[in-house]
Amino acid sequence: MALIIKDRNVVADCWRRLELNADGNLPAAPPAGDIIVPLAMWQGQREQLIARPGRLGVWLDSHEDPANVAEDLKLFGVVAVNFPTVTDGRGYSIGRLIRERYGYKGELRAIGDVLRDQLFFLSSCGFNAFALREGEDPQEALAAFGDFSEAYQNSVERPLPLFRRRYLASPGGMEWS
Amino acid sequence: MYVYDEIDQRLVDERVAQFRDQTRRFLAGKLSEDDFRPLRLRNGLYIQRYAPMLRVAIPYGLLASRQLRMLAYIARRWDRGYGHFSTRQNIQYNWPKLEDVPDILAELAKVEMHAIQTSGNSVRNITTDHYAGVARDEIVDSFVWCELLRQWSTFHPEFSFLPRKFKIAVNGAEADRAAIFLHDVGLQAVRDAAGAVGFRVSVGGGMGRTPIIGHVFREFLPWPHLLTYLEAIMRVYNRYGRRDNIHKARIKILVKARTPEKFREEVEAEWAHLKDGPATLTEAEVRRVEGRFTRPQYQPLAGDDAGHLLRLAVEPAFAAWTKRNVQPHKVPGYAAVTLSLKKTGVPPGDMTADQMDAVADLAERYSFGEVRVSHEQNLIFADVRQSELNSLWREVKALGLATPNIGLLTNIIACPGGDFCSLANAKSIPVAQAIQERFDRLDYVYDIGELDLNISGCMNSCGHHHVGHIGILGVDKNGEEWYQISIGGNQGLTRPGAPAAVGKVIGPSFAREQIPDVIEKLIKTYLDRRESEEERFIDVVWRIGIEPFKEHVYGTHHQRQERRSRLLAAA
Repeated sequence: MALIIKDRNVVADCWRRLELNADGNLPAAPPAGDIIVPLAMWQGQREQLIARPGRLGVWLDSHEDPANVAEDLKLFGVVAVNFPTVTDGRGYSIGRLIRERYGYKGELRAIGDVLRDQLFFLSSCGFNAFALREGEDPQEALAAFGDFSEAYQNSVERPLPLFRRRYLASPGGMEWS
Repeated sequence: MYVYDEIDQRLVDERVAQFRDQTRRFLAGKLSEDDFRPLRLRNGLYIQRYAPMLRVAIPYGLLASRQLRMLAYIARRWDRGYGHFSTRQNIQYNWPKLEDVPDILAELAKVEMHAIQTSGNSVRNITTDHYAGVARDEIVDSFVWCELLRQWSTFHPEFSFLPRKFKIAVNGAEADRAAIFLHDVGLQAVRDAAGAVGFRVSVGGGMGRTPIIGHVFREFLPWPHLLTYLEAIMRVYNRYGRRDNIHKARIKILVKARTPEKFREEVEAEWAHLKDGPATLTEAEVRRVEGRFTRPQYQPLAGDDAGHLLRLAVEPAFAAWTKRNVQPHKVPGYAAVTLSLKKTGVPPGDMTADQMDAVADLAERYSFGEVRVSHEQNLIFADVRQSELNSLWREVKALGLATPNIGLLTNIIACPGGDFCSLANAKSIPVAQAIQERFDRLDYVYDIGELDLNISGCMNSCGHHHVGHIGILGVDKNGEEWYQISIGGNQGLTRPGAPAAVGKVIGPSFAREQIPDVIEKLIKTYLDRRESEEERFIDVVWRIGIEPFKEHVYGTHHQRQERRSRLLAAA
């Protein structure tokens, strides 16, 4: 079983991720077990997937709009976002939208071309699970969460920007102005 | 000068440690070249023609003397004794070794400097007017807003892997000295009828292979909304900007493809969610950042210095320098001085370590220990007493930095070009030198008057050729270097009625040795056609169009057709 990082621990991954077939057709869901399905499969086989035993997750590719699953988020045990390449940064916006706009509280997983040097930003944007690119050592990567000890901006991890936190911590700094 | 607080310093230190580890992993073979590339790029490190090129950030172009000394030290210790000031108000070193870069960054961090986001697909150094805080036409001191934006953009978790680089410029004065309409986002400070500060926000401007003047999305964005509105723009761009073609990935292409109206609607829809959220700026935060800037302690002076006026009357060379290189100041008795890095024979923007040290000393003696870098690649002493201008002039002259050519033809903006840059199609520096040599007679250059001549070695247009009154672009034709010439560009609303404009190409390109002749013909046309000495080159181009210039360079339309027929017949 593959290892992933979840909530800053290295754990075994019990989920199986399905992909579209090479011809673009939907794959068949295995009869049992926890699966993460592509968005198109969720949209095409919604009822069957809900009826099926085993937990359900969905994964979005970087060009897919998270609004497509906004209403369904409570049905998923995992929402995963694919990073086709390290430099494709769309998933950071998707992560924030899923957390901040659509209110998802469960496991949000970064998959695909995920390396340790992205972990700090990914976790700021709301990802709490990381399936690193094959060949990466998740144990070694844990150190990357500590690359920076602060951030100026507000994010999922720090709902208030530094300037507001600083102000609240200052004497008399209580108002929201 | 903005002074770091403990967190500003800690973040820069942590970046050094992070990059040291990344470099170690790369050198140990644990990170592939492909994986290391985006990491080194966001630390300003390119692999160039001869060696890595390191671009060090000079946020909004402002430097303290001790920082300039550090730049000199780095030039001596790790480079070949000089540096190149770029049009993004940064400095570039062309010869450091990759394995030394973590040490260079550590030295920079000691003086509150870094190379963060000086390249890569992230928000780049925020640029502004080099007369911020001292200009007579000031609306706001743009440095404060630039620093707020520096902090907001530094390690932004959502916008560190954009489709392409992202450049923001802020202008805080009436005249646009920051070329804001040629930026991904341009912010022009404005005041409403009640005197409240806001920003006119323009989006999707840029140079490169598709030059576009930015579109105004908001005429007046009240300042508290600055960051949330920017985040809305950037989120739409990050999600929908093209990632399949590097040449079509800038925000301007997305704005064009969706139409400015449609793109603006998307931004407004996104902003509806972000508006009044936690990133809304507060009065307390603006005051805090303002308070971390050291301010010059000006002497109360009555007005123009009598001794200075006398010198002007009796020393023509000093008067000539003052006319071109000295600007009025908002504080009586003070002036802003430009040190020209455009001496004939020296690559534009280049400076030796010895000059840097000497300038750092002079800045302490004459200008409160601060220097600015302009996007025109010169240095500015912003706060010099008029009574000391004459002695400063003598000192900068001895350093070779007193060429009285600011605003004139020989104040050429040029990228490093094919001599250094691996992207370039053609060399820039020898072209600049050939032109400077041709126009070396100062009285002639004065007679020509204000003229921006900009040279880029390739379509990336680091030398801002699109907005030169005369622009020169290096192009590749079957492996040979050729140069295309455009006229009529303008970097921004520098005077009423003269807005930002993209130049028009006059015709087929030229070999390098033809360029000085062509420039001379353009100038000759201008001098023949101008109605008065007040009418500048650019004004004449706009009044009469480019055809008369074309005719002088290539012959009349009829002659051009005949020549073409002859060539076709011969072929």
